[in-house]
Amino acid sequence: MKGITWGGPAVAAPTTSAKHALETASAYLLHRHDLDEAILLKTLSAMSTSGSDYADLYFQSSHGEVWELREGIVRSATSSIDQGVGARTIYGDETRFAYSQALSVAALEQLAAATRGGMTAGRSPGAAKPSRFQGRHFPPIYAAGDPHHSAEASTKVALLERLERMARLADPRITQVTARLSGGYDIVLVARCDGCLAADIRPLVRLALEVTAEFGGAKEIGTSGAGGRFDYAYFTGELLASLAARAVDMALASLEARPAPAGTMDVVLGPGVPGVLLHEAVGHGLEGDFNRKGSSAFSGCVGQQVAARGVTVVDDGSMPHRRGSLRIDDEGNETRSTVLIEDGVLKGYMQDTLNARLMGVPVTGNARRASYAALPMPRMTNTYMASGSLDPREVIASVKKGLYVTDLNGGQVDITSGQFSMEASLAFLIEDGRITAPVKGATLIGNGPEVLRRISMIGNDAQIDAGIGVCGKAGQSVPVGLGQPTLKIDGMTVGGAS
Amino acid sequence: MTVDSTSAASRSAAGHFLLSKATLDAMASGLVKQALGRGASDAVARVSESDQLLVQVRDFRPETLEKSQRQVVSLTVYNGSRSGSARTSDLSPKALSSTLDAAWHIAKYTGSDSWSGPAEADLLETSPLDLELYQARSPEAEEAIEAARRAERAAMTAGAAIANSNGARVSVQHGQFSLATSRGFVGGYAHSSHALACSVIAANAAGMQDGEWGMARRRYADLDAPETIGRTAARRALDKLDARPLKTERMPVLFEASVAASLVGSLVAAISGQALYLGRSFLTGSLGQLLLPEHVDLHETPHERRGLASAPFDDEGVRTRAREVIKEGVLQGYFLSTYAARRLAMPCTGHAGGPYNLSLFSSRTAANDGLDAMVRRLHRGLLVTEFMGHGVNPVTGDYSRGVSGFWVEGGEIQHPVHEVTVSGNLKRMFLDIAAIGADVHMAPTRTGSILVDSLLVAGR
Repeated sequence: MKGITWGGPAVAAPTTSAKHALETASAYLLHRHDLDEAILLKTLSAMSTSGSDYADLYFQSSHGEVWELREGIVRSATSSIDQGVGARTIYGDETRFAYSQALSVAALEQLAAATRGGMTAGRSPGAAKPSRFQGRHFPPIYAAGDPHHSAEASTKVALLERLERMARLADPRITQVTARLSGGYDIVLVARCDGCLAADIRPLVRLALEVTAEFGGAKEIGTSGAGGRFDYAYFTGELLASLAARAVDMALASLEARPAPAGTMDVVLGPGVPGVLLHEAVGHGLEGDFNRKGSSAFSGCVGQQVAARGVTVVDDGSMPHRRGSLRIDDEGNETRSTVLIEDGVLKGYMQDTLNARLMGVPVTGNARRASYAALPMPRMTNTYMASGSLDPREVIASVKKGLYVTDLNGGQVDITSGQFSMEASLAFLIEDGRITAPVKGATLIGNGPEVLRRISMIGNDAQIDAGIGVCGKAGQSVPVGLGQPTLKIDGMTVGGAS
Repeated sequence: MTVDSTSAASRSAAGHFLLSKATLDAMASGLVKQALGRGASDAVARVSESDQLLVQVRDFRPETLEKSQRQVVSLTVYNGSRSGSARTSDLSPKALSSTLDAAWHIAKYTGSDSWSGPAEADLLETSPLDLELYQARSPEAEEAIEAARRAERAAMTAGAAIANSNGARVSVQHGQFSLATSRGFVGGYAHSSHALACSVIAANAAGMQDGEWGMARRRYADLDAPETIGRTAARRALDKLDARPLKTERMPVLFEASVAASLVGSLVAAISGQALYLGRSFLTGSLGQLLLPEHVDLHETPHERRGLASAPFDDEGVRTRAREVIKEGVLQGYFLSTYAARRLAMPCTGHAGGPYNLSLFSSRTAANDGLDAMVRRLHRGLLVTEFMGHGVNPVTGDYSRGVSGFWVEGGEIQHPVHEVTVSGNLKRMFLDIAAIGADVHMAPTRTGSILVDSLLVAGR
């Protein structure tokens, strides 16, 4: 399988010890609240009395902050803390769930009472009850420090002001700059009925920039962003400069852009963030819950040629420092690289415990939840298409009349029909193999399985995005990574204004 | 000034929640007092508690049963014209104190923003109406599961081509809060929401299509019968089978009532606070201008009993009042918080937190202008029943959105359509509204189906 490069600067591997996560999480989430492993064992036992197939406790402490700059001033900032424990018992395909914001013996007792005794209880022999925990340790893929302490408040303000200056001074047509710096720090501990005890300490930082350019009565926006599982030191002067340049270029190009054409045409997607299309068109449709229920357009297609030859799609939650990465998923399973599609053939789906068991396949480390207060389900982590062999310039040169897309704002998918829709606020025409005029307001729509089969050229420049992706499913948002090489899709429907 | 809400509804709410209203009030005003004691020039605190029962049924068996309860405290403190905010889910005195520390620390570093600050006393609601937003009668898990089952059963038996189910769900939510500000406001209320939704899948040789339908009401008894919801979900799935694209063409478009509300939402966003004062709206400076045809009005009614978007006061405690947002097509007022109002040097309209119940009317709508009549009026064009993606540029009003629906010709639906986009510019679209149907969809924003003269539909 071809490799993949990062969209951001190179970073040294983390050096925190593997044992550190479990020790720290236990101290912070359990011992501080007079809880210990014996109490957890007792709780899990009480939750599993009626022959459940699975039970777990998910402890989480989440600390977040957002600093926002508008019109030259850091006008507001919020710091938030949320902590609690979610209890889940599964009987067959039935889940009982309750959570508490109190971390105490009394709360755990209430949770056990609320989650035991499903409607289908007693039908299966049930999971064995653990008598002790086996701590699991995995090599870290990001450092365990709290980003909030990695910079003084004054430094955070200065960072935003510096970025604002860079963007505003880049061109006289830039009239407004909005920038947002956010940092998160999650301490997670999972205790399972099979005796597994695992923890993860997850930093997450993100810097988002939006500029407005005005000229001749027209007003347009440009955006950029970057982040990942780092602390604030990640945002170097060089990175700030590249963010400013990217947003400014986008806004200025949008000023000159004409409305995108409407109709059917070849589309070349650039490397990195246009991987949003893959995420919507394919990614969600390969989540295990939809396929277990048979509601996805990819249901029952394992082993079949679902994409063009050369298309390899991977979901990998174990990439160091990536925004979508997790050391363990939210059920305590190690994340890994999962090949979803190989050379066009569907190999398997992304699974959590419940759906993997019901489908009779191994877990893949894709169980994620927005917080202790929400139920886990199969979710993407970092989802990308691997590099092909072509020079990206060759891909562009092959298009007589089409569209070149380097930025996709977002989109939506109907996983049952396979229909998806993506928004490209800025794109470029390709005319006789050359990138020419900027166009705006292009909506790309299509059918996921069909679009996969129409990928006709794959470049050798696969990249993961800069670290700002957010994925929503059933009301739960999680951070994700997206990526792909330059690729060409024949005959896509483009909705433009002309 | 403590706002007293000792109506029947809040007395029954008192039995439901873990914390009494008085405790919430004391916590919120206590935090404000602590902040002032620390040296803050102003402070705003909000304490809330909520609980939820959620049941999901699939294949007539319970798939998920969730019972949960949560609390949140949020606090904003002002250090002159600098502010800092913090939030916590831990209501212990120690955690509240740390929350104050965090907010106060931030307020030393943020920049000076002279327009910020809590709502002034003369704007505050002093005698809030009891809008019956809390409804005590809620189903327990068993009853909720049975209701979801009934919806799913009706959906699964609605047609031979219904092949699979995504299930049906019932959710019951209750909450209460207290808001306290350093300008003299202490008040809050309890509220409820009951919802039932169903989603099933129709299949044939061409593929699968899902159809979903749901509804939310304050009062459980006001929900449609589960069978009605289930059958509607099934109908929507069956009607989508064999959907195909159209050829790119400019044509009139009819937006079905349930999605037409989203157009109103885009209009409201463009005449709301931040978009206006940052000049990032395609409707900047449009007060007094004709935005819609003269036969169209937009009314706002925050005081509807049990309304889904009703409120006696906004997120800052500012009083709310019924008004005509758009009268005979002309814009009468914006949606402004105190911050936006100060920035624009206009009176605050009590919209910190968003719009209230909105209704779009046309004086030309006849009582029998249901969807069939509107389709006849469309005669030849696209009937849109679902949106996919966002596709709105708020600065320019440019609109380009994936849609699905039906091709109409000779005044009748011919076949389902998907994989097309509708594009145009919202400012132009609003003026090009040819007609509004009488088929009003009941939601926080209500409108009948909306017929627009000419939009570009892009497909194959």
